[in-house]
Amino acid sequence: MSPLLATLTGVDPWILVFSLVTVVITVVMGFRSAKTSKTAGDFFVAGRSVSVGWNASAISGEYLSAASFMGIAGMVMAIGYDALWYPVCYACGYLFLLLFIAGPLRRFGAYTIPDFAEGRYDSPLFRKIAVCFVLFIGFFYTMPQMKGAGTTLAYIFPGLPYWVGVAVVGAVITLNVALGGMKGITLVQAMQYWMKLFAISVPVFVLAAVYGGYGKNLAVNRTAHDSPAALHAPAAPDATPGITDAHRHPLPAKAPADEAWISPFGPLTTKAAKAAQLSPEETKPLSLLYTYSLIIALVCGTAGLPHILVRFYTNPDGVAAKRTTMWVMILIGVFYVFPPFIGVIGRNLMPELYNGLGSKGTDKVVLELPTLISEKYGVLGSVLSGIACAGAFAAFMSTFSGLLVSMTGAVAHDVYGRMLRPNSTPEQRMRMFKFAAIGIGAISVGLGCMVEPLEINFMVGQAFAIAAASYFPLLFMSVWWRGMTMKGAAIGMLTGGVLALFSAALTNVSSLALDKGPMGKIFAGFAPLNDFWAQHPLLRILCEQPAIWTVPLAIVLMIVVSKATAGEVPKNIRMKMLVLHAPEALGLKNEYIQENQAGAGH
Amino acid sequence: MIPSPRPPHHDLIHSEEFLASLMRRQLTLSIGCAIAFFVALLGLPLLNYFAPALMARRVGGFTLTWLILGVLFFPYVWLISGYFIRRSLKLEADEARVALEAQEDTRS
Repeated sequence: MSPLLATLTGVDPWILVFSLVTVVITVVMGFRSAKTSKTAGDFFVAGRSVSVGWNASAISGEYLSAASFMGIAGMVMAIGYDALWYPVCYACGYLFLLLFIAGPLRRFGAYTIPDFAEGRYDSPLFRKIAVCFVLFIGFFYTMPQMKGAGTTLAYIFPGLPYWVGVAVVGAVITLNVALGGMKGITLVQAMQYWMKLFAISVPVFVLAAVYGGYGKNLAVNRTAHDSPAALHAPAAPDATPGITDAHRHPLPAKAPADEAWISPFGPLTTKAAKAAQLSPEETKPLSLLYTYSLIIALVCGTAGLPHILVRFYTNPDGVAAKRTTMWVMILIGVFYVFPPFIGVIGRNLMPELYNGLGSKGTDKVVLELPTLISEKYGVLGSVLSGIACAGAFAAFMSTFSGLLVSMTGAVAHDVYGRMLRPNSTPEQRMRMFKFAAIGIGAISVGLGCMVEPLEINFMVGQAFAIAAASYFPLLFMSVWWRGMTMKGAAIGMLTGGVLALFSAALTNVSSLALDKGPMGKIFAGFAPLNDFWAQHPLLRILCEQPAIWTVPLAIVLMIVVSKATAGEVPKNIRMKMLVLHAPEALGLKNEYIQENQAGAGH
Repeated sequence: MIPSPRPPHHDLIHSEEFLASLMRRQLTLSIGCAIAFFVALLGLPLLNYFAPALMARRVGGFTLTWLILGVLFFPYVWLISGYFIRRSLKLEADEARVALEAQEDTRS
């Protein structure tokens, strides 16, 4: 049998068809929309012609990545309750953004965080520093998207190695972006939200109808506090009389026990302490610390994600922007109820995934769980699984291309156009955009190939932690404290962000060193780190979830350095603050632009 | 309001007091909403920590804490953001009205 045939055996035609249709529709729609909107200006103005509903769907479509679509369900299945913090904080971070940052930034008219950094401090240098984090955060965010791609392709083509899937999807999207398609067009993104919601909710409804609801499936897992009647029932792997009649298959040894899985402070937050063999009394405070650090990272990180803020400007005015945000909160909130439910049913009915490694593990539960329906209703299971795969494609394609566009823009526009070759022609920059897209796409694929053993959702959490320690303090402090200086902002952002980045990288290399596959060999040099972690569980937690110390550190540094350089506060700071905070109806923005142009002459 | 012939940029809109009151009122509203949000978000781990038996009580198959975090938290956040958006739009309209009226007074 030829290698091609070997890859194609075991492929479910339904799943293949749904996935292909998604890819083709996305690519074609991207190109068609890209034709009608050529410039960056068109992109921003595009939203002004669409309604609040479409724009809210587009924001949600861009926000829900592979981590939301596949990662959350996989993580809930793998570790239980503690994973619920991820969807909740992904959604709640948006509220935080709305309360403190979105309004002022909108009034200021800065489309990206580097734009804001430059405008707020009149400093092109600071812009360059701020641009670095677009790349740092971007790469951390693309790694899980790549794992999502590799996992999905390895599921559709059972014979295909993980890295081939990453390379193929990476190449298709990179080529697409380099050729000018997929420029974050509102309609494509909006359609993708509804596709993702459809693809996650329909299988859930069907599964719930056949195998029982959310609560019923959850009830199979017993806590230490459940009523004695339930505890006295035979400890069968099947239904728990008195609480539920939902069924489940026997759990493999690798699966966490019921009590640890369903209760707070489970396997995720106690891992470091377990490795250090601490007593339960010593473990609990560390778990609490872990939980809080995770919450800070996710909530503050959402407010500092580079690709989210842009969309606030695709509304005609502040009122529409606020109504859009309300709808975004509702749309993403509704979506996030479903993935944990899939994780719960997955634990009951597909526990064999606990034994899978890398792309064959729990991260694929969203894709594979609907096939259970086939036992009763034949081909329906394949169709549902195909729909789920289509949703997964929509998830990693939209997020990866969005990130690729913003990272490529940063390299082509800022690094090349402003730093290396300020006198380059538009044609040269356009060519550079293509080269940069291919280069960044290649690096993303390379990184994506290495992270197979890591959980999708965990990696996205790390990207949030870096954003929380760099962009979030910058935005928050710059908006609300007029005493900030460029030096204070730069030093705080760099220190907090780089330390968070370093911590995340250290955690990942030490986790990869534990891998039984090829990555374990490549990263074997870092294995001694794990002995160190076992000695110092507190340090391990602070390294794995750095937000609890890096965010305050960045803010304190900003205050201290700004006080020390108080003479360098921008001279027109009152006007800047006024533009940030005064109602748009007063038209101060135009006044400010005119004054600036008169003064600086550019 | 004292109508005084001031040069532009020394009117109410550009005054220190106007900016200070703007920022104070906006920040008060934002912090108020943030407190409602943080009490729930940061309080839940504490409840899990100190009252595990209460949080493990079954509600329709869910444990109480799972029901709160996995389902009820989302509508709670919608309530806060709905309240914030309504109040902040009203606040902005008020601020704009006061400022524009003051400007009219200065000019006349």
